[in-house]
Amino acid sequence: MSTVTNTTTISSVGAPNRRNTELVLLLFAVAIPVLAYANVGLAKDGSVPGGILGYGLGLGLLAAVAHLMVRRFAPYADPLMLPIATLLNGLGLVFIYRLDLEPAVTTKALGGPKAPGQLMWSALAVAVFIGILVLLKDHRILQRYTYISGAVALVLLVAPVFFPAVNGSKLWIVVPGVGSIQPGEFAKIILAVFFAGYLMVKRDALALASRRFMGLYWPRGRDLGPILAIWALSMMILVLEDDLGSTLLYFGLFVVMLYVATERTSWVIFGLLLASGGAAVVGMTSGHVKVRIHNWLDPFAGIAQHGASEAAQVLWSFGSGGVLGSGLGQGFSRLIGGIGVKSDYILATVGEELGLSGLMAVLLLYGLLIERGARTALAARDPFGKLLAIGLASAMALQVFVVAGGVTGLIPLTGMTMPFLAQGGSSVVANWALVAILLRISHTARRPAPAPAPSPDAEPTQVVRL
Amino acid sequence: MNKPLRRVAIFCGLLVFALLLRDNWVQFVQADSLKNNKYNRRVMMQEYAQPRGDIIVDGKPITGSTTVSGSDFKYKRTYTDGPMWAPVTGFASQAFGSNALESIEDKILTGQDDRLFFNRTVDMLTGKKQQGGDVVTTLNAKAQAAAYKGLGDKKGAVAAIDPQTGKILALVSTPSYDPGSIAGMSNQDKQNWTNLKPNDPDSVMIDKALRQTYPPGSTFKVVTAAAAMENGLYSSIDQPTSSPLPYTLPNTTTQLKNEGNIPCQNATLRVALQYSCNTVFGKIGADLGKDKMLAQAKKFGFDQTIDTPVRAVASNFPTSMDKPQTALSSIGQFDTAATPLQMAMVAAAVANDGKLMQPYMVDQLRAPNLNVIEQTQPKVFSQAMSPATAQKLQQMMETVVQDGTGTMAKIDGVTVGGKTGTAQHGINNSGLPYAWFISYAKTAQGSPIAVAVVVEDGNANRDDISGGGLAAPIAKSVMEAVLNK
Repeated sequence: MSTVTNTTTISSVGAPNRRNTELVLLLFAVAIPVLAYANVGLAKDGSVPGGILGYGLGLGLLAAVAHLMVRRFAPYADPLMLPIATLLNGLGLVFIYRLDLEPAVTTKALGGPKAPGQLMWSALAVAVFIGILVLLKDHRILQRYTYISGAVALVLLVAPVFFPAVNGSKLWIVVPGVGSIQPGEFAKIILAVFFAGYLMVKRDALALASRRFMGLYWPRGRDLGPILAIWALSMMILVLEDDLGSTLLYFGLFVVMLYVATERTSWVIFGLLLASGGAAVVGMTSGHVKVRIHNWLDPFAGIAQHGASEAAQVLWSFGSGGVLGSGLGQGFSRLIGGIGVKSDYILATVGEELGLSGLMAVLLLYGLLIERGARTALAARDPFGKLLAIGLASAMALQVFVVAGGVTGLIPLTGMTMPFLAQGGSSVVANWALVAILLRISHTARRPAPAPAPSPDAEPTQVVRL
Repeated sequence: MNKPLRRVAIFCGLLVFALLLRDNWVQFVQADSLKNNKYNRRVMMQEYAQPRGDIIVDGKPITGSTTVSGSDFKYKRTYTDGPMWAPVTGFASQAFGSNALESIEDKILTGQDDRLFFNRTVDMLTGKKQQGGDVVTTLNAKAQAAAYKGLGDKKGAVAAIDPQTGKILALVSTPSYDPGSIAGMSNQDKQNWTNLKPNDPDSVMIDKALRQTYPPGSTFKVVTAAAAMENGLYSSIDQPTSSPLPYTLPNTTTQLKNEGNIPCQNATLRVALQYSCNTVFGKIGADLGKDKMLAQAKKFGFDQTIDTPVRAVASNFPTSMDKPQTALSSIGQFDTAATPLQMAMVAAAVANDGKLMQPYMVDQLRAPNLNVIEQTQPKVFSQAMSPATAQKLQQMMETVVQDGTGTMAKIDGVTVGGKTGTAQHGINNSGLPYAWFISYAKTAQGSPIAVAVVVEDGNANRDDISGGGLAAPIAKSVMEAVLNK
C-alpha cells in the first residue's frame, strides 16, 4: 500500500546540490591567488614573500568558512558564484599587495600599504556574507521592507552631498579619524530591493494601462510619476555629487527592472530618452563631467605642455601589456600615479601585467558571475525573487561595464570601483552581500519542494472486500 | 517574466562582450603604438633597465654604468675622464637624450640592434637580462691625453688621424664638460644641464674639433700649393715663382700684405711656405681661378659633411667669388673656414702620398659575448693629389718645421712636416686671431699621425698668438705620444 503520492510538478528527490563542485572550484579559487602572490614576490625580490603562509591560510579560511556556511544554510545554492567571488577577491588582494610594493604609489600621503586593510575588509565582508545567509532564511522577507528600503536608499544616496568631495566626486561619507564609506555601493543593493518590491506590486498597472502610439504601448501620464521621480533623483545625484557612473548605474538598474516587471519595450525607450537627455545637459554644464568627457575623447591632448593625463597613462599601461602581459610584478602601472591606481584603475595593472589574455579571463569571470545571477532570476519561482535577482545581476553588469569601459576608454571615465578586485572596503562588503542574496534566491529556487502532506482526497480508491 | 529576463541576460552579456572587444582593440590592435608612444615613459625605462654597453679606447672602457636608487631608471651612465672624452662619447642622459657616439650607436649599446637579435633571444630563453654591446673606438688614449693636457685651460680643439688608415687618434675640444654630470635626472643634473647652456652657439658642449669651423689662415696655403703643382702652374718647388712684391689684388687697388718683412718676391714655393708668403699664394689662387681652387679643396674634403660616424660639419671653400676674393680665399681668408678635422685631413693626405683616407672613429661593434658584429675597413676618401706632388709638399712642410715658422714642432730623430697659421677674424680683424698648426710625423714605415691644432684666443697678448708659438707645441706632444717618444 503506498501512502505517499506526488501531485506536484517539482520532484522531492531533486537535483544534486552541487556543493562538492563548489568545493573543488574553491580549491582553485584559493590556489590561483596564492600562486599569484608567490609570483609577485619572485618577480619583485626573487623570493617567495614571507607573508604567503598567512595570506594563503587567511584566504583559504575565509573560503572554507563561507563554503561550510553555504553547505549548512543554502545547500542548493548556485555552485559558481562563491568560487568566482573568492577568486576575484583573492586576485584583487594580490594586485593591491603588488602595488603596495611600489613606493611611488604607497606614500604616506596616499595612505601607505592598502593590502592589509583590504584583507581585513574582505574578512568583514565574508562575515557579512555569512550573516546574510544565516539570518535571511528566505529572500521574500525583504519584500516586507520595500518602502523602508526606499527611504534608506534615498538617505544613502543623498548623504554624501553633505560631506566634502573626495577627488572631485561626492561619493563618500567621511567620519574623521575613523574612515570613510561609499554609501553608493550599498545603495545599489537596497535600491534593487526597493524596486523589486515596488514593481512587483505595481507592475500590472504599469503594464496594462497604456496607450498605443506609433506601434508601441506608452505609459499613462499618471504612471510616469515613479520613473520621473527616480530620474529626477538620479539627475540630482549627478548634479550634486558630480558622479556620472552612479547615475548611470541607478537609472539603468531601474529601467532594466521596470522592463522585466512590465515586459514593455516602451519603458526602455522612454528611459533611454530621459537618460540621454539628462546626461547631455549635465555633460554640457558640469565642469567635472566635461573634463572627463574631454579626457575620454582625446586622452593624449596637451601632453607636450603639461604631461600625460591619467587616461593616457592608463592606455599606455594596457598597450604595454600587450597580449601576454609583462608578468605579475613586472609592469609599470605605478606610472599612472595618484590615488586611483589601486582602486579605480586597478584593471590597468591587471591589463599590463596579465595582458589581454589575463584581462579577458577576468572580464569573463565577471560575465560568468552576472550570467549566473541572471540564471538565478530565471530559476526563481516568485516574481519578487526574479526581479531582485535580475536587479542585482544587472547592477553588477552595469557597474562592471561602467568601470571597465571607463578605464579602457570605451566610455568616459567615472569614479567607481571594480567589484571585488579594487581596493575599497565598502565595495568589497557590498558585493559580498550582493552575492549572498543571490545565493539565497538561488537556493530557494533550486531546492526540492518539501514533501506535500498526504491528502485524504488523493487516497487511491480501495477495493474493500466485504 | 522570463522573456524580458532572457533579453536582459543577453543585454548583460553584450555589455561584457563590448568590454572584451574594446580590450582587444586597446591591447592588441593599438598595443604597439601605445607601447612605443614617445611620451610613454616605459620606452626610456626599458632603455635604462640594464647597464649600457661600453665605449672602449685601447681595450679599456671609458664609460661605465652605475645603479641609481629611487629612480625609474635603474642604471645611469658614468664616464672616466668625461671632459677629455666628451667629443668622442657625447653624453647619454636619462633626462636629456644623447648625442655623438652615445646617440649614433645607441642600439648597439642598449642591445636593441637587429644584429643582436640572436643574443637577445638566447638571453631571454636563459632568463638573463638583455645586455648591451660595446663600441670599440680607434682613439689613442695617450694622444688624447697629450692633446687635452696641451690645450689645458685654453680654448681650442685638436684632431689627429692616422694618415694611412683614416683612424681618428685624438679628438679634443676645450673647454669641455663632464657628460657624467648630466647623465642622471636629479635636480643637480638639471641644474648642470642649464648651466651648460646647450642651445648657446658658444656652449662648451659643442665639439669644436668636428662642429666648429674656423678661418684656416695660412695652413690653407698647403691646399693652394697642391693646386699649383697639380695644375702645372709650377712644377718645381725650388724654381722661383712669378710673384711681385708688393702685390695688388687683381681688379683692385688693395695691396695684399705679408706679415713682417719677409723674402717673398719671386720666392720659390718652398721658401714661400717656409715664410708663409701671402703674396705668393694669393697670386697662385688668383692665377688658377676659383674653379681649380675649388676642385682641389673638394678633393681634400671641403664643402661636404663627413661622418666619422659622428658628423663633422662641412668646411667651407667659397663656391662663387671674384678674382680678389679667390686670392684671399687661397690664403685661408675671406669665407674659407675649416674644422680642425678637415685640416688634419689636409696634413694626412700630404703625409700619405696624396691618398686621403676616410676618417673614422669606430673600429668595431662588439656583441656582449665579444663577437665582432661589425669591423670598419679603412676606405679611400679621395686621391687628393698625385704622389709626386705630395712628396714635394712633404719637403716643403718639412722645411717649415726645420727652418721656418714651425720649428717648435721639431722632434729629434723623426721627420716632421707642418704648417703654421694665424687667422684673423672679426670685423676689421678686431677679434683675437686663431692660432693654427697642422703637421704630420713620418717614420720608416710611413706616417703614423697627422694632427691639426687650433687655439682660439690664448690669454697672451696679440703678438704672441701665432701658430708656431701656441699650437705647434701641442701638436708636437700629440705626435710624440703616438710615436712613443
